Amino acid sequence: MPIYEIVFYTFSLVMLASAVAVISVRNPVYAALFLVLTFFSASAIWMLLEVEFLAIILILVYVGAVMVLFLFVVMMLDINVEPLREGFIRYLPVGLVVAGLMAAEFLLVIWTKSRFGPEAFPSPPPHPEGYSNTQAVGEVLYTNYLLPFEVAGIILLVAIIAAVTLTLRHRSGAHRQNPSRQVQVQRDERVRLVKMKPEPRQEG
Amino acid sequence: MTRMDFLLIAPELWVVTMTCVILFVDLFLKEERRAIVYLLAMVTLVFAAIITLRFDYGGDPTASAFAFNGSFVRDQMGDMLKLFSYFVLAMVFIYAKFFLRQSRMFRADFYTLSLEALLGIMLLISANNLVMVYLGLELLALASYTLVAYDRDSAKGSEAAMKYFVLGSMASGILLYGMSMIYGATGTLDLVAISEAVRVSGSDDIMLVFGLVFLVVGLAFKFGAVPFHMWVPDVYEGAPVSTTLFISSVPKMAAFAMAFRLLQTGLGDLQSDWMQMLSLLAVLSIVFGNLAAIAQTNIKRMLAYSTIGHMGFVLMGLLPGTAESYGAGMFYVIVYALMSAAAFGMVIMLSARGVEAENLDDFKGLNRRNSWYAAIMAMVMFSMAGVPVFVGFFAKWLVIQAALNAGLVWLAIIAVVFSVIGAFYYIRVVKLMYFDEPITEAPIDAPVDFRAAISLNGVIMLGLGIFSGSLIQICMSSFGA
Repeated sequence: MPIYEIVFYTFSLVMLASAVAVISVRNPVYAALFLVLTFFSASAIWMLLEVEFLAIILILVYVGAVMVLFLFVVMMLDINVEPLREGFIRYLPVGLVVAGLMAAEFLLVIWTKSRFGPEAFPSPPPHPEGYSNTQAVGEVLYTNYLLPFEVAGIILLVAIIAAVTLTLRHRSGAHRQNPSRQVQVQRDERVRLVKMKPEPRQEG
Repeated sequence: MTRMDFLLIAPELWVVTMTCVILFVDLFLKEERRAIVYLLAMVTLVFAAIITLRFDYGGDPTASAFAFNGSFVRDQMGDMLKLFSYFVLAMVFIYAKFFLRQSRMFRADFYTLSLEALLGIMLLISANNLVMVYLGLELLALASYTLVAYDRDSAKGSEAAMKYFVLGSMASGILLYGMSMIYGATGTLDLVAISEAVRVSGSDDIMLVFGLVFLVVGLAFKFGAVPFHMWVPDVYEGAPVSTTLFISSVPKMAAFAMAFRLLQTGLGDLQSDWMQMLSLLAVLSIVFGNLAAIAQTNIKRMLAYSTIGHMGFVLMGLLPGTAESYGAGMFYVIVYALMSAAAFGMVIMLSARGVEAENLDDFKGLNRRNSWYAAIMAMVMFSMAGVPVFVGFFAKWLVIQAALNAGLVWLAIIAVVFSVIGAFYYIRVVKLMYFDEPITEAPIDAPVDFRAAISLNGVIMLGLGIFSGSLIQICMSSFGA
């Protein structure tokens, strides 16, 4: 099935290239947009595996929500990336040696024994018509994987507590609105009527 | 989902419920009534212990009960580690309250985050599938990162938290990569099913060993074993001492349980492979930890390097893969958590009005200022050094004996030589306390619960040393030795 392989290799190449671009482009906005492209290619590969539900979730959640938030932060904070790049050239040789060694080791494992080839992992049979991905995920998520699902929820709770802990400050000198006092205000707290003699008109 | 599932997981449910209760109660508390949060946290720990103890295994210490489709396991090893986690965390709460009060950081967040971290520890101890291991670890890690940055105005604390976060995320990524390889090779996430799949497919599968390498790297980072130890001294030094106290003690017990479940329950048939990796980590940790600690003048850094050395001993307990050695490793990690809590408790005690007693010089002449506290610190230091009669000696002895019985003579020799070298910097603290002039004559003052807890903690060093038999017996029987 050549069309299947063409699609797979196209999206894989785009994904790898854009992932490299995420960490190498200078402009953080471009980096965020390349990350969007990476997620999009990943979701296309998932689509090839017939996991439509997860593919769409990836687009909706990551591309739709998380990355938009990311772009907001990047644009609002105006981070100066130049200092972050200091020492890039200095650490590059060591980094390349380590990365090269690791890549060589990976390739040795992956290529010498054909553990990862299509022979070892034949394509699963296609799903019958009318097969619902969403239902399949839902059925195991709330039965077999109930405990991990709940724990993931608690991790989100911890993330909320952590965010509040690290950012909430009660500053003493700050001016704040107090709506209940604003509503309860009396007329004589705001307006003072003063009796005074009429002043003669000044000619000017 | 049956009633049994919920009975097995009752301690975790209790802790998570109480955490939410504390979060909510704190909303309505005035500043001067904040102590209620502390009391609620202590009540949580006491009842968690009672709930944990109520479960009955029917007399067989190696029996285990599974819940939630095999993703959660209760056994005697897990329950013992959980009970000691509650106990050490209670000590941490008592010590930390004094420090947080003095440095005006006494907020409910410390208690809710610590209890969430405890929940992560409990889930990690009981995890029986790869997803649960990862989630428990992340729960613990996320709460720990926040606790390190707890003092928001401290630049050092933020830097330490950032380092911890970046390196910790990378370690989690590496661990996850290893897990995905293991999943790819065996087709299951359940640790018991993984060990069956390994038995069928044979242990010379390159993909399994490939995954194992990443798993061990992830584990070594969490232990803080050399060469994945870079974060330990910086985080220990940068974090407020109340947090250092926590991250140096309780999570180590979870790391031990995690290593046991992943390596023994899941990949026990690859023992010959991971034994080599762990022995390299153990030797490097013992050698480097003990040597680097000698050069430190900051006591938090010194104790950080001493942690690295101690973790080498825990790894040494894991690596022979015999029931006896696991029992020794478990005993070591429990004893280490108690010693570490006491040592940092003493650092807090000397911290006057929120200024941390970070330097070794702060311990000078402690005997003249207060002889009882000097005696406690001396007991802790002797115990860490492994001087006989104190409990640390028995922990080291058991681990070394297990290594000898497994035929690892060279490892045992290195361990003995470097614990003798390591004894130098522990005993230097004792020398500073007894033979040097104090730099300040300020009296040492602490609330009554603090004094009671630190005294108990110090006496444990001696008491558990003299009456160590029953705890050793329990640890050994958990693994059927």
